[in-house]
Amino acid sequence: MRKIDAEKKAKAAASRPSVFGPDIDLAAYSAEAEDHGSVRRLKELPAEFKDRAAYVGIDAEEDCRAGSFFQADHTVMFSESRHKGLEVMSTVEALAKYDWLEDYWWEAVGPDTDKYTAQAELKQNSGYFLRALPGARAEFPLQACLYMTRDGLAQNVHNIIIAEEGSELHIITGCATAQRMRSGLHVGVSEFYVKKDARVTFTMVHNWAEDMAVRPRAAAVVEENGVFLSNYVCMKPVRTLQMYPTAYCMGENSVVRFNNILLAPPGSSMDVGSKACLRAKGSRVEVVTRAITSGGDIIARGHLIGEVPEVKGHLECRGLILAEKGRIHAIPELQGEVSGIDMSHEAAVGKIAEEEIRYLMARGLSADEATAAIVRGFLDIEIKGLPEHLKAEIRRAVSLGGKDRLM
Amino acid sequence: MLQVRGLTVSVAGRTILGGVDFHVDRGETVVLFGPNGSGKTSLLKTIIGHPDYRVESGSIVFKGRDITGLPTDERARLGIGIAFQRPPAVRGVRLKDLLQACIEIRGETDGEIIDEYARRLNLEDFLRREINLGFSGGEIKRSELLQLMAQAPDFIMLDEPDSGVDLVSINLVGEVINGMLQKNRRAVKRSRAGMIITHAGYILDYVNADRAYVMLGGAIFCSGNPRDVLADIRAKGYEGCVVCER
Ligand SMILES: Nc1ncnc2c1ncn2[C@@H]1O[C@H](COP(=O)(O)OP(=O)(O)OP(=O)(O)O)[C@@H](O)[C@H]1O
Ligand SMILES: [Mg+2]
Repeated sequence: MRKIDAEKKAKAAASRPSVFGPDIDLAAYSAEAEDHGSVRRLKELPAEFKDRAAYVGIDAEEDCRAGSFFQADHTVMFSESRHKGLEVMSTVEALAKYDWLEDYWWEAVGPDTDKYTAQAELKQNSGYFLRALPGARAEFPLQACLYMTRDGLAQNVHNIIIAEEGSELHIITGCATAQRMRSGLHVGVSEFYVKKDARVTFTMVHNWAEDMAVRPRAAAVVEENGVFLSNYVCMKPVRTLQMYPTAYCMGENSVVRFNNILLAPPGSSMDVGSKACLRAKGSRVEVVTRAITSGGDIIARGHLIGEVPEVKGHLECRGLILAEKGRIHAIPELQGEVSGIDMSHEAAVGKIAEEEIRYLMARGLSADEATAAIVRGFLDIEIKGLPEHLKAEIRRAVSLGGKDRLM
Repeated sequence: MLQVRGLTVSVAGRTILGGVDFHVDRGETVVLFGPNGSGKTSLLKTIIGHPDYRVESGSIVFKGRDITGLPTDERARLGIGIAFQRPPAVRGVRLKDLLQACIEIRGETDGEIIDEYARRLNLEDFLRREINLGFSGGEIKRSELLQLMAQAPDFIMLDEPDSGVDLVSINLVGEVINGMLQKNRRAVKRSRAGMIITHAGYILDYVNADRAYVMLGGAIFCSGNPRDVLADIRAKGYEGCVVCER
């Protein structure tokens, strides 16, 4: 979309509330942030930045990484590709470099979706551009970190991810806040383009300050035989998180899978959905959500729309309520527009069966050990198609996230 | 090893065991017979400390210590093990992980021992599966025994280990039980003891028992030689027990 068109649309939507989630007063957040400068190597980042980023899977040593992007508040401190088939830069830089980027800019997500997308357009603070050239395949993932340090700040980023024909792109992305930061707003627009025969795995881990408001806005366009795997892990307190990424299966035999792992401690409110529009023959989608509340609120949505025959979709949501005050609301929706589609869902919400805990206790495990074993098992979802080191990364995030609060 | 005295137990306000008395000595294996619903499983669950089974009076003494008020996990750590008649499935937890926890609890560090145990029960392919999830009836019985092997308890309670087990597997089951109960040693040299619930008594063709108890209506009615008692029950049914002058 051309800049002037995007701006026009955004202006028209500047006060449009989101369909979901509590409304946020954008004026309550500041746009001012200090310039953090840049570093020549990722490991030269300040120690606290590195520590907090490590928690969300960002390796400052870049040992097993094909490239890195690091943005603190509004400053892109580092961006580099270490693989010749991959490009890593800020979207500001990419827009200046590539005229054709307009063809991707706001094409998957509308700038007028709500006031958050509007703000991302009107007050953009960079974001990352990650691209795999045709046929490129890197063994290791790219990593991208969006970091916030300043209390009360609004960070509005716009990310573009493109996997060209036949390429393979693995991404680890982490969002984190500085230790001392309490409140802030993060708006993150992410547009994914998965071309013919390409494959993208996107693993996102969030670790926010307790009083953060977070509004990611993401969509993926998947072409013929393309594969888009999205894994989302949020196991730390966040005042309000609302996101509903959408995948459009535009090409025949395209495959989409969303895995969401959510843990809501007291005071947290998470409204997380996954949506897919199946628009081409043979396309498939699967959504798997595991939600645990230890006192917070979770709304787990899912919406599959079968628009053409011969498509397949499945939604699975399981929720575990570990505390009296916690709430989980699973809202699975299936929408068939034609005949000849195969869509299903299963949802279950409850607490851990006492009988199972007692059974493990009869083997000598304490009540806490038994609970922890069952919770670990609950979160251990089989994530198909993910490289082994990314699986390890997710397991690590899950075990770190659960540790302080559950085990 | 275990003394149960005057044990009266209620579940949800209803008395299901009324004054149970019996004992099992070190090196012994006892059998518990009794019709459906007579309270056999309830007795075992009370001994392991299931909180639904409220002890109204009486005591359970294990290795000289009164354990009547102890929580289940502590009883297990003291050396009481149970193979349940109908255990639940535990979604998400792999059998191997539980076995690993069991051997760690008793201070065993060599994880390969798990594979060895599984081989003996022909359960190698089940280690990676979630506990009891989708297991057949006979597989569940073997999985329970496998967990007991990993636990290595001193007092072993087996709730119908022979029900639904095929003729080949019952051989394995018998061998494993004999191994756990140290049947290759003379009774005085054994450090363990066992208690087996069985209806048909198939397991007794493989495992030698020293004494039988008959439970009727929530109390121990009589005791005797296992083969004689079983023959009597076969011949006259449990009604025969009521008039028996043993
Ligand atoms: N948790 C419970 N809640 C309600 N009733 C129970 C409970 N546990 C046992 N009972 C009742 O207590 C009685 C004894 O049950 P128990 O399972 O001990 O019998 P059993 O001798 O093991 O029988 P079977 O040979 O059929 O296994 C039954 O009437 C049963 O319904
Ligand atoms: Mg029973």
